[in-house]
Amino acid sequence: MTGYLFYFLSFVAVISALLVVSSRNPVYSVLYLIVTFFAIAGHYVLLDAQFLAAVHVIVYAGAIMVLFLYVIMMLNLNTEAEQHKTNTLKITATVAAGLLLVILVGSLRGVEQLTPVAAGQEPIGTVKNLGIVLFRDFLMPFEVASLLLLAAMIGAVMLGKSDPTAETPKSDMP
Amino acid sequence: MMPVTHYIWLSLALFSIGVLGVLFRRNAIVIFMCIELMLNAVNLLMVAFSTYLQDAAGQIFVFFIMAVAAAEVAVGLAILIIMYRNTRTTDIDVLNRLKW
Repeated sequence: MTGYLFYFLSFVAVISALLVVSSRNPVYSVLYLIVTFFAIAGHYVLLDAQFLAAVHVIVYAGAIMVLFLYVIMMLNLNTEAEQHKTNTLKITATVAAGLLLVILVGSLRGVEQLTPVAAGQEPIGTVKNLGIVLFRDFLMPFEVASLLLLAAMIGAVMLGKSDPTAETPKSDMP
Repeated sequence: MMPVTHYIWLSLALFSIGVLGVLFRRNAIVIFMCIELMLNAVNLLMVAFSTYLQDAAGQIFVFFIMAVAAAEVAVGLAILIIMYRNTRTTDIDVLNRLKW
């Protein structure tokens, strides 16, 4: 049962990821990427990381993808205006990505001798266990992450603000 | 549970599709999405190893990767909006002033 679910979710993830790359309209790319994220969340559930699956759906499918859709809507990009690349560039990109895949698969060949550790009596993916680990062993990175989010928020607001030189009030003019 | 090699292959396939998208597309928003795809491939591999080795630190790392990805998307899309305001396009081939 788990095997069938794994192959189904993997198939959905890979096919929709390919559709993200190949669809011409950016809105369709966003929608296929949401399908990929749901498939990955299903993988998290299969791997006994239920809390992470919930956070993944909330953060990625709920927040980041809405941000993407919002920017596409605001810039009015839902046209298929992207120019075609030449065939040489397409073939070169595909060959380069395929070679990268071969190199990565080859470099991770020895991992199949890895023996899985037997699960303890309490699963590690629960909110309780993750909270204990996060606030005991990773407290400092957690605080630094909050600083990072604050800096990103201020940076996004500053960058997204309209240009101050473009909106000088007319009353300043003599 | 599936053997860990299956998860490795799936993650590497997703990562390579992300790399293919970055090399293949010229719309900056789609390139951002492909970067998200690569981050998610790494996340999936980290959760897989975390479950196989019964170590919760891998899942904590995934939390931090999610926080960094959220920050990156917020700032990146703001930069993209500025770029659109200046050039009226999101085509990366327009941004060739730093190219030798």
